[in-house]
Amino acid sequence: MTTAGHRSAEEIGRTATGPRPVPELGAQTAAADLSHVDTVLSNGLRLLAVRKPTVPLVELRLRIPFGGTTPLHAATAEVLAETILTGTQRRDRIAIDTELALIGGELNTVVDPERLTIAGNALADGLPTLLDVLADALTAASYADDEVARESARLVERLVVSRTQPRVIAREALLKHVYGDHPATREVPQADDVAAVETAMVRELHTAAVLPRGSVLVIVGDIDPDAIAGDVERVLGGWSADRDAVTMPELPAVAGGDLLLVPRAGAVQSQIRLIAQSLPRTDPRYAALQLANLAYGGYFSSRLVENIREDKGYTYGAHSGFEFTGSTATVGVDADTANEVTAAALLETRYELGRLAVVPPTAEEVESVRQYAIGSLLTATSSQAGLASQLAALSAAGLGAEWLAEHPERVAAVTVDEVARAALEFFAPSRFTGVVVGDADVLAPQLTALGGVVVGEPGK
Amino acid sequence: MAENSRTSRNSRFTLDNGLRVVLAPDPTAPVVGVAVHYDVGFRSEPEGRTGFAHLFEHLMFQGSESLEKLAHFKIVQSSGGVFNGSTHPDYTDYYEVLPSAALERALFLEADRMRAPKLTRENLANQIDVVKEEIRLNVLNRPYGGFPWILLPPVLYQTFPNAHNGYGDFTDLEQASLDDCAAFFDTYYSPANAVLTVAGDVDPDHARELIEKHFADVPHRPAPPKRSFAEPPPTGEVRGTHTDPHAPLPALAVGYRMPDPVGELDAYLANLVLAGVLTDGDGSRLQQRLVHREPLVTDIGAGAGLFGPFEARDPDTFSITAIHSPDVPADRVLGAVDEELERLASTPPDAQELAKVTARWSASLHAEHDRLMSRTLALGAFELLYGDPSLVHRLPERMAAVTAEDVAAAAKALRPDARAVLLVEPEGGAK
Repeated sequence: MTTAGHRSAEEIGRTATGPRPVPELGAQTAAADLSHVDTVLSNGLRLLAVRKPTVPLVELRLRIPFGGTTPLHAATAEVLAETILTGTQRRDRIAIDTELALIGGELNTVVDPERLTIAGNALADGLPTLLDVLADALTAASYADDEVARESARLVERLVVSRTQPRVIAREALLKHVYGDHPATREVPQADDVAAVETAMVRELHTAAVLPRGSVLVIVGDIDPDAIAGDVERVLGGWSADRDAVTMPELPAVAGGDLLLVPRAGAVQSQIRLIAQSLPRTDPRYAALQLANLAYGGYFSSRLVENIREDKGYTYGAHSGFEFTGSTATVGVDADTANEVTAAALLETRYELGRLAVVPPTAEEVESVRQYAIGSLLTATSSQAGLASQLAALSAAGLGAEWLAEHPERVAAVTVDEVARAALEFFAPSRFTGVVVGDADVLAPQLTALGGVVVGEPGK
Repeated sequence: MAENSRTSRNSRFTLDNGLRVVLAPDPTAPVVGVAVHYDVGFRSEPEGRTGFAHLFEHLMFQGSESLEKLAHFKIVQSSGGVFNGSTHPDYTDYYEVLPSAALERALFLEADRMRAPKLTRENLANQIDVVKEEIRLNVLNRPYGGFPWILLPPVLYQTFPNAHNGYGDFTDLEQASLDDCAAFFDTYYSPANAVLTVAGDVDPDHARELIEKHFADVPHRPAPPKRSFAEPPPTGEVRGTHTDPHAPLPALAVGYRMPDPVGELDAYLANLVLAGVLTDGDGSRLQQRLVHREPLVTDIGAGAGLFGPFEARDPDTFSITAIHSPDVPADRVLGAVDEELERLASTPPDAQELAKVTARWSASLHAEHDRLMSRTLALGAFELLYGDPSLVHRLPERMAAVTAEDVAAAAKALRPDARAVLLVEPEGGAK
């Protein structure tokens, strides 16, 4: 290296003073109350707007329930998402991009089996333009034949790329293993289905499903809370229908069972994905379960990460977290590991599930996850974009700014016993099922020896 | 609004041991950001030790004189905070964002590992395994892994610092020794080679007291002499090919040298505006033509810096990347890119085209600074690279001042006879 002489590692690691005590926490100021509006417009659209003028921007999230059960729904919805902002009766694709760019703005659309989301932002004084472009697309998207054809072709190419991503393959395998043929499994449409989508089908889906009643618009930023409802009503009032937006059929509860080893020949790394039924945010036990999950694998200082990453080096990242769908929720566990340690990592992952259930988090562990839950929510909602996304997620369950403001108190009130009960009830290994995706030739002997693992393709 | 008042509250000072400090108070949310930037990145790692700067970053989380292994994570998280670190071409950053009550703890943690990190054989072996998993996850087991940041530099550059793989080869990582770690720390991790940034809900006088309390007795060691990584630009078009076992479609990356990000900032910013004119939004030149009108590519992008702008000193890279159908020859894509660059070089963009790019940049910089973590990191990086943290807040004006002629000149400098072209080919041909 570059220095001629340097201290040894041992000399570097000690000083004459010796170890020092960790400082106590100082005084904490509370988050400011933010003025907000939560109302339903005449067309049935819920508007949730928060004034947060930290920078001269506005953030916008529109969530439209977008369930569908027909075979080509997922593919048609995906094409719709790719083309809804490519032209209206008044503006072509370039004009939309130009108007948005001049206000420093963007609008992006994504769709999943539950909903269509249009998200964007702009410089604060551009909000009228942002809303006008949005309203134009919602009420008068034209779906020109050439735009639909080109975006479908691009989508087919992207889907081919997407289906080579291990995380996409693993996600799809997990959903099929657990939910069979439920519409929720169609997060990534088939390329052949996309190729079969015609312009008329996209237009029909827009008329039938891009609907305000049951949808939520979240606006956060440098806005006037007294004027916002009127402003939005004027621009979006013309977007109306006599039907409600279509929600996805409820998911069946996940039952515990065998893991499926899904072969992916030649893979150098395996994906472990486990899942179990858990609780929605509206359940009184949710805060306790949230803390139990953090202690298991929901943050870096969790039992799972300390075991399989920091102690054993099996993985770069292991994680557990909730997924909220309709009125239900699941908890998932994921880790990507090298082939030679996949079975060992699964063994430890299951061991930690069992340990959480029967050797529950100590008072010290609960204090740690409690502070983390409260502090990370504070951090995540300290930016306009973070707050907007958080509120949009809550809005799906009918929750809003009050829930967010009150949640720290709920977390503060959880007892160690309540965490232990939640851990026993929801983290027992017998409640989980899942998949391992990887090179089955290499993995099968060890994994099947562990038990509770069968080899096969999902959904068969 | 908020930006001006923020800038005026910013202050800088230097401790006796050479540690530079940036203070950026902002009371709008009860959270603080703390970051330490060390002036060493993967361009400084020695030959035979590719990936060492990043591996060493992992080791800095593994304990210090007052903190057992895992204590760092536990203390940050049990104080309600989040943390991370990242290794860049020319610097390595470590940071926490926490409720403001935990400010002193964060300072304590950073000071303790600046003073006396615990470097052990067990932790080194464990983190070599973790880093190898990280590389499998991000490079080896996915399509377009390392594209273009690992794959393009060896085509564009000739010298080891600029050309090598900053993630590291497994053989080099496995060779790393404890003595390498000690030498690296003593050379590069001195307070005189670092910047401490504290931003957010803090009282500046109190913060300064706490900084003195925890950092003042970190012993001074001289900062290493500044190294130049300069090398001549390519004298022709240099091509390289990479076979990707997972990629379904061919891809290409074109790399050009660009103006010195520090010494020629305005010319550098003209390249950022050029990147926007070329590929930002449906109305941009290359999106319009290559994605929608002709169409030749699935996706195309252009930008400064292989991780984004303001990450490195000279030399930095301007790149254009595209994923395309196997039916379209790479040279057709390149030909179209060259035509568009020539058009821009001879006919500068109009006022509206520039206004679009600068408004979007302005909004994205505001959004970045609204996230305390990003703002803290940007202030520290700008102190380290430019000696001027408040430049962060003046960037929108500086970008708005870029003229059409500046953009035309930037386009003219991206010459087909002085560039690297990396072609990514799917293994076994495209399906």
